[in-house]
Parts: sequence; C-alpha cells; structure tokens
Amino acid sequence: MKSPVLASGIVVAVPPVFEMPAEARDWIALLKPRVLTLVVFTAAIGMLVAPGHVNVVVAIAAMLCITMAAGAAGAINMWFDRDIDALMTRTAGRPIPAGRIKPGEALGFGVALAAASAGMMYLATNLAAAVTLVLSIAFYVFIYTMWLKRRTPQNIVIGGAAGAFPPLIGWAAVTGSITLMPLLMFAIIFFWTPPHFWALSLYACKDYARAGVPMLPVVAGAREARRQILIYTVLLLPISLLPWWLGYAGPIYGLCAAIFGLIYLATSIAILMDRQDASGISLTRDRPARIGFRVSMVYLFALFLSLGVDSIVGRLAG
Amino acid sequence: MEPFPPPLSPAEAAELKRRRRGRNIALLIVLVAVCVLFYALAIVKLAKA
Repeated sequence: MKSPVLASGIVVAVPPVFEMPAEARDWIALLKPRVLTLVVFTAAIGMLVAPGHVNVVVAIAAMLCITMAAGAAGAINMWFDRDIDALMTRTAGRPIPAGRIKPGEALGFGVALAAASAGMMYLATNLAAAVTLVLSIAFYVFIYTMWLKRRTPQNIVIGGAAGAFPPLIGWAAVTGSITLMPLLMFAIIFFWTPPHFWALSLYACKDYARAGVPMLPVVAGAREARRQILIYTVLLLPISLLPWWLGYAGPIYGLCAAIFGLIYLATSIAILMDRQDASGISLTRDRPARIGFRVSMVYLFALFLSLGVDSIVGRLAG
Repeated sequence: MEPFPPPLSPAEAAELKRRRRGRNIALLIVLVAVCVLFYALAIVKLAKA
C-alpha cells in the first residue's frame, strides 16, 4: 500500500490494513465468563452462609465487585499469556491471539476494572473485603500467571488459591472479618482445583506441551497425573465434610457433601483405571478425564448449593 | 493522491457501523447501571447513618 500524501505534501503512514474495532462480546470474552460463573456462585454462597445481615443493594454491589475483580484478573492473564494462548487450540480463538483486541487495550481494561472493583468494594462494604479482593487479583496475576504457571507442575496446586478467594471475599463483605468457616470454604476450592485442572490437562496435554506449560501430565506423565487426581479427590472428601463436622453446617450439607464426594471419588477412580498403553497414554481418548472435568464442575456447584440450602433451612428452622 | 483515510467498502462500512453501535449500547448500559448502583448505595448508606 502506498503512503497517502496530505495536501501540504507531508507523507503519513497508515496501517497496512483497516482494523475493525472489537465487538462488545470480545471485551466480555476477556473476562473469562465461564470461569466467572463459578466465582460468582461461590462468592454468593459465602455471603449467604455468613452470619449477619447485609442490605440487598450492598450485596449486589459486592457481587458485582467480585465479578469485576475476577474478570479483571482474567483479562490481565490473557494479556500476559497471549503468546502461549496463540499456540494452544483451546485458547487460540481468544480475543488477543485472534487479533480482535490489542494486548495493551486488554491490559488497560484489566487494570482499570481491577482498580474500580477494589475501590467500589471498599466504598460499598468494608476494608477487609476490599483487601481480600485485591489479594485475590494479585495472587492470580503475579503468583499464578506470572510466576508459577510457566515454571512448575505445581502451578495449579499453589495457584489454585486464587480461585478459592471468592467465598472468603463474600464472607468478609458481610461480616468485615475472616473466621474458620470461610477458610474451610477456601480449603474446599483449593483442594478441588488441582484434580479439576489436571483432568483437563490430561486431554489437552499436547496443547500444554506445545506451549511449554509444565502441567503435571506434561512433566510427570499421564499415569502420575491420574494418581495425583485420585489423591487430591480423596483428600477433598474429608475436607468437604469439615463444615458439618465442626458444626458450621447442618445435616443437609453433611449428607450432600458425603454423596457428592463419593460420586466425584468414583469419577477419579475411573480416570485412574482408564485403559492406557505402557507409557500411560489413554486408549479411550481420555474419556474418563473428559467426564471427570465436567463432573468436577457440577460437584463444586452442587456442594456449594447444598451449603446455601442448608444455611437457609437452618435459619428458617432456627 | 490517495484518499486518506482509505475508503471502506459498503460491507466494511456496515460492519464498522454495527460494531460501533454494539459497543456504544454496551457502554450506555454499563454507565446507566453504575449510576443506578451508586445512587442506590448512597441511599442505603445515608439510611444507615
């Protein structure tokens, strides 16, 4: 393309091709809306089970702040990971690697959302909730995305804490403090995260290997990943029962946690028993892992739902 | 002299218009929602005080 010449004789440079502005849905995609669903839900349950009362407007504002913060962290993550996202089939269609949003725009969007969410959380609720919110964003961006993700197969174990913050923030928004119960909810998500992502990484192993992300199946092999999935699921079962055991939740939750936990455990055993060759490569195209990934999402949703129902029933009865 | 900026084809112009319209509507919704939320929050906080 020739550079156009203005009437004054000055030659100006123009981009070689016309770039369409991004659509609204591309900006929404930057927020990782699928991840947001579980974040919002677990945060809502954190608020629901917290002792005390909060005005519905304040509750909506707090939920919005948590959603914005999680979305902001997702946008900054997509900005940082744009190089490896372009290499993986699962993520190549994201707005930045697909060229629909410029990296700088995504970063600015994420930082602005993060700052707005923290400020609004402080104004709407209290300092404890705002500080926890900032911590969750910082943990996801700096500890998980920038530090751990590309360096260690334990990335998702430690980094999983980032996704465990929402019920903690929800609780802090209502009470202004953090006690044992929100820490138990944190622990449940913390121990749920590794088997959830390792199930995904079992069937997306080639993608992660191509991008150089040291997920457990890439570094230690599929067989070890299946073993670790089972270990974490076994650990998760008693941890999920702790709220009932310690008296923070009633029998409805206790019963649901036991049943759901056993179902999830059976899924993990199926992953371990998957037909595989000598090197551990699945002969079923990782069918149990694909099922396990979906079951893990339903499991967490159902577990927190039962916690919420138990809390409502407890309040109505008590 | 080449026209500046380069002209868009009718299809590109229509697409550009559609995208700008979508973004403007989304921004309008967000701004209105934020105004309503801040107003409601202010009322709640004042009522508490």
